[in-house]
Amino acid sequence: MIAKHIKNLPPSGIRQFFDLVLGMPDVISLGVGEPDFITPWRAREKAITALEEGMTTYTSNKGLFVLRKSITNFLEKRHNLEYDPEEEILITVGVSEGLDLIVRSIVERGDKVIVVSPHFVAYPALVEIVGGQVLYLKTRQEDNFKIDLKELKRLMKENPKAIIFNNPSNPTGTAYNTEELKKIWKVISSKDTLVISDEVYDELIYEGRTTSFAALDEEAKRRTILLNGFSKAYAMTGFRIGFACANKDIISAMTKIHSFAMMCAPILSQVAATEALRAQKEVAQMRSEYKRRRDFIVKELNRVGLVTPKPQGAFYCFPSIENFKISSLDFAKRLLFEEKVALVPGSAFGKEYDSYVRISYANTLDNLKEAIIRIERFLSKL
Amino acid sequence: MDEILEILETNARIPLEDLEKLTGKSKKEIEKAIKDYEKKGIIVKYKAVINKEKLKSSNGVVALIEVRITPQKDVGFDAVAERIFKFPEVKNCYLLSGTYDLLLTIEGKDIHTVASFVSEKLAPLSSVKGAVTHFMLKKYKEDGVILSKREKNERLAITY
Repeated sequence: MIAKHIKNLPPSGIRQFFDLVLGMPDVISLGVGEPDFITPWRAREKAITALEEGMTTYTSNKGLFVLRKSITNFLEKRHNLEYDPEEEILITVGVSEGLDLIVRSIVERGDKVIVVSPHFVAYPALVEIVGGQVLYLKTRQEDNFKIDLKELKRLMKENPKAIIFNNPSNPTGTAYNTEELKKIWKVISSKDTLVISDEVYDELIYEGRTTSFAALDEEAKRRTILLNGFSKAYAMTGFRIGFACANKDIISAMTKIHSFAMMCAPILSQVAATEALRAQKEVAQMRSEYKRRRDFIVKELNRVGLVTPKPQGAFYCFPSIENFKISSLDFAKRLLFEEKVALVPGSAFGKEYDSYVRISYANTLDNLKEAIIRIERFLSKL
Repeated sequence: MDEILEILETNARIPLEDLEKLTGKSKKEIEKAIKDYEKKGIIVKYKAVINKEKLKSSNGVVALIEVRITPQKDVGFDAVAERIFKFPEVKNCYLLSGTYDLLLTIEGKDIHTVASFVSEKLAPLSSVKGAVTHFMLKKYKEDGVILSKREKNERLAITY
């Protein structure tokens, strides 16, 4: 009954593990991919008012103009990046939808797409659904999980249609500075390859200056599909609001699919997102809280014996469990059963990453402290 | 605001070791900074926010009192305010703009204690022109903390 290419989609072992975690009470979870903060009140209040005022309709396919305009203004301020709010931006249902739309818009059967690994699970899956071929660009812990330019050059020889990468990265927390991005762009610009730049953690960077891939130069902007959204920095995962910025041809293709499959993003969420852009003070507070937790958890993980490079962004770190000679899934399962601490096995982010685990520090300091005590006790038994 | 203050403002009981790990500063630096803040009166006091509604034994009352006063020559409101805030019954004392001058918070064991404070101590002062007493019925939020109902964030325990 089910189409073959859907049936074969990985990762199956991980799904079972997720179900185990979800079925177990009183777990301290370091496995959560969303903020532990609640959406800033001003954004919630705006949505409540909109509901009271009867805003319950569709919006235009591309999304409310006031939201598109607010976002393009924001990008101009933040990255000196200009997009036309009429034709170069589309409001999507989370970055997830944006990803799906861009892959469906540009990838044809047999097209090659580079995915930088370890990667967010949806990247290869979406490429495979449309019959594209994934070329994995593996990064290593000794390089702080940053792209190896030689390896990139090697894969570029295969004339990929696009490259998908996440800056800062889920699961490693790695963020590239402007100089590093320029070097990557120099290699990519030698071909016609498009850049799908998932920048959903862009506002959660704790040191160093970075920029949007699209802001590198005019040609980079022409070839980049900038994906971002409100889920992470604004703690709005449940609102499901993302956006895609790109040249008008690409946005118009994405809008076509979006208008058939989704129609538009929910109006209340769009209203809330417009207001959220004004909550920069709250975003800054959350950012400084994440930074402190990062400093705490990275120090503690290294102390208890998990080699963990210090990530620059997002709210994840990606420690190595290599010394313990155990698969990441077994490590995660035993830690769950023996100490009731949940984390995500590294193999979920690429099969080469079976000697890593992803730890999310989007959790209270008290929970992080208790988790460290339990992890330390667990490691002593391994 | 300094990071140390930001953290202490939300959790004054945080252990020194945690402050060290959170700020990246050494124990010595942190201790010195805190001492300095205490000396300068930037950190005034460490206290717990207690939800007294939940304490069955405690049945004291809280009153907010609006006080109109006559400012005195040369010293203005300050001297009168001092005369009033020195009473130990006065928990808070603010000078405000608007229809009255001082806003006091008074805590007493019952309504009579507060009433007698007003009639015997506050009202007889020559610079007090009038006082309006409001008894507090319920506290919803105090010092930025919501007391009545906590917001919940029920995330799934594991997500990508």
